[in-house]
Amino acid sequence: MTAAVELTGITKRFGDVVAVDAVDLVIDDGQFFAMLGPSGCGKTTTLRMIAGLDFPTEGSLKIFGDEVGTLPPNKRPVNTVFQSYALFPHMNVLDNVAFGLRMQGVNKGDARAKAAQAIDLVRLAGMETRKPSQMSGGQQQRVALARALVNEPKVLLLDEPLGALDLKLRQEMQGELKRLQQELGVSFVFVTHDQEEALTMSDRIAVMDQGRILQVGSPEEIYEHPANRFVADFIGQTNLLEGTVEDSSTVCLANGARVQASSDRPVGTAVAVSLRPERAHIAATEAVEDRPSVEGVVDRVTYLGNARVYTVRLDWMEVEVREENRPGAALHEPGAPVSIWWDPGAVWVVGDE
Amino acid sequence: MTATGTRTGRRMLGVHAAAVYGFFYAPILLLVVFSFSGDRLVGQWGGFTLDWYREFLDNEQLTAFHDGAIWTSLKVAAVSTVVSVVLGTLAALSLERFRFRGQRVFDALLYLPIIIPDVTMGIMMLIFFSEAITFADTYLGFEFAKGLQTIIISHIAFNISFVSVVVRARLAGMDDRLEEAAMDLYATRWQTFTHVTFPQILPGILGGALLALTLSLDDVVVTQFSAGPGATTLPVFVFSLIRKGVTPMINAVSVVMLVASLVLIAMMLLADGLRAEADETA
Ligand SMILES: Nc1ncnc2c1ncn2[C@@H]1O[C@H](COP(=O)(O)OP(=O)(O)O)[C@@H](O)[C@H]1O
Ligand SMILES: [Mg+2]
Repeated sequence: MTAAVELTGITKRFGDVVAVDAVDLVIDDGQFFAMLGPSGCGKTTTLRMIAGLDFPTEGSLKIFGDEVGTLPPNKRPVNTVFQSYALFPHMNVLDNVAFGLRMQGVNKGDARAKAAQAIDLVRLAGMETRKPSQMSGGQQQRVALARALVNEPKVLLLDEPLGALDLKLRQEMQGELKRLQQELGVSFVFVTHDQEEALTMSDRIAVMDQGRILQVGSPEEIYEHPANRFVADFIGQTNLLEGTVEDSSTVCLANGARVQASSDRPVGTAVAVSLRPERAHIAATEAVEDRPSVEGVVDRVTYLGNARVYTVRLDWMEVEVREENRPGAALHEPGAPVSIWWDPGAVWVVGDE
Repeated sequence: MTATGTRTGRRMLGVHAAAVYGFFYAPILLLVVFSFSGDRLVGQWGGFTLDWYREFLDNEQLTAFHDGAIWTSLKVAAVSTVVSVVLGTLAALSLERFRFRGQRVFDALLYLPIIIPDVTMGIMMLIFFSEAITFADTYLGFEFAKGLQTIIISHIAFNISFVSVVVRARLAGMDDRLEEAAMDLYATRWQTFTHVTFPQILPGILGGALLALTLSLDDVVVTQFSAGPGATTLPVFVFSLIRKGVTPMINAVSVVMLVASLVLIAMMLLADGLRAEADETA
């Protein structure tokens, strides 16, 4: 099967700035694919190159097997939902949505009929004659979506489409986007800096930083087995316990404690043991035996309702532990000496690369 | 005591506003009143009459079809506005949308006619036309004299700057993403221009056109240097009348010009309203 989008060695420079740095990426057809990374890491630039709004400095870019490197945007079978929506202010909703079809030479009647269907699809029926200025942010968002989808693109590109919406609307639209993607079966390439959004919505995620792709994988793979320190830290919360590899199943932590953690890195490599707060447990010092653990003193307790987060001071760092708020769970006051323990399989070793 | 304070303040503001408007409009009011005065002396009331308007209409130099000053003014204004709107808009588009060598120089040069004094501009035109006339005569073998064409050319020269400045402001305020969205939606470059860019900058173009029209109809200085014996515009004619000695007919002519200006201002406000409407979403 040919990939929907295939980037090979794609680099984009703006003067001295390397916005995208030798990126290789394959996006399969029919996937909900997220590009996730902090602001300024090159997500938008990558998306714009797929759309044809920017051209790569180097590398090859294929859409369904066809090289499109320098093809203008109007010759590519993809459509974009812009971050700022970019609706045409002088046209009403119907004309905005019909625009792409009209430009492709579809006659006015047919274009409007299909546009009306698309407006229906995004649940805006009845708003056809409104101007974009007369709509809320969430509604404008839907118009932008309909305006792109009506053209039946082979790939839909979305640049932080939910960034400007408030939390409630955002969650609603997350569900809506997922529903549309599954209904239509086309690939969505979804740019976001929100790791939770990426995890909940995507089939696959590419994690980017400083113009490079650090890891591509399913949400589980990326959360459970982050490729490096950056990914482990960026996706969800984690405690990174610094240390060095002692042998294939032991890491020697910074304080000299040895913990069981498997890795295939060479002996002596500086690594970190990633311990997620929800995988760590807290207990009075004497209660722990036979399990990997470190000792410290409770510094503060944050009450979250459904859980408590203990911040525990070790002699060389702080560690967060999340305990579900179950009846009968032992409570630990600030100042109490405690042990933090975990199951041997609960940690994951990450390096710089 | 604050209430009294604000009341006094408000009253002061009212007085101030009245004074400012009085300062602006008293001369205009006097002009209008005395244009209906029957006395030959400009500042003397001599009973109501429409004689000055009749004299104005009967004045061949002013109203003769084709070569009267009014017609010359209208022709100059119309042609120079159309040409400078097209050229000025193109200049604005190229300066705002493309990057090319020497762009900053062009940028600065475009503002020059706005900055330099009218007199300098006029003298430049004078020298330019006399050189051009000599050149055409000696090397190209045809003759032309200063007249309608040279006035039009000089008006285009200053109007292009004003139009392009107004249109550029509008272009700069426009969201670039709109054009990108159009191209993403299968529009060619030309379709992007006609369907998105042009409607977006239209209020700017209209504003620029009205500005050009007004400037052209008002200009005295530059026109005086580029006009020849063959053609005179209305403001230049009025100016020359004053030198001969003021008669109340000048009042009548001025009132007519005033009314024309008011119409233009009303149109500008209308264009402004359009702009505001287009901006609602921006
Ligand atoms: N047109 C441009 N000119 C110069 N630098 C740019 C341009 N577009 C993006 N960049 C730079 O490229 C980098 C990546 O930007 P971008 O792709 O917008 O990041 P993201 O979408 O992940 O926030 C940033 O450092 C940004 O400053
Ligand atoms: Mg971005």
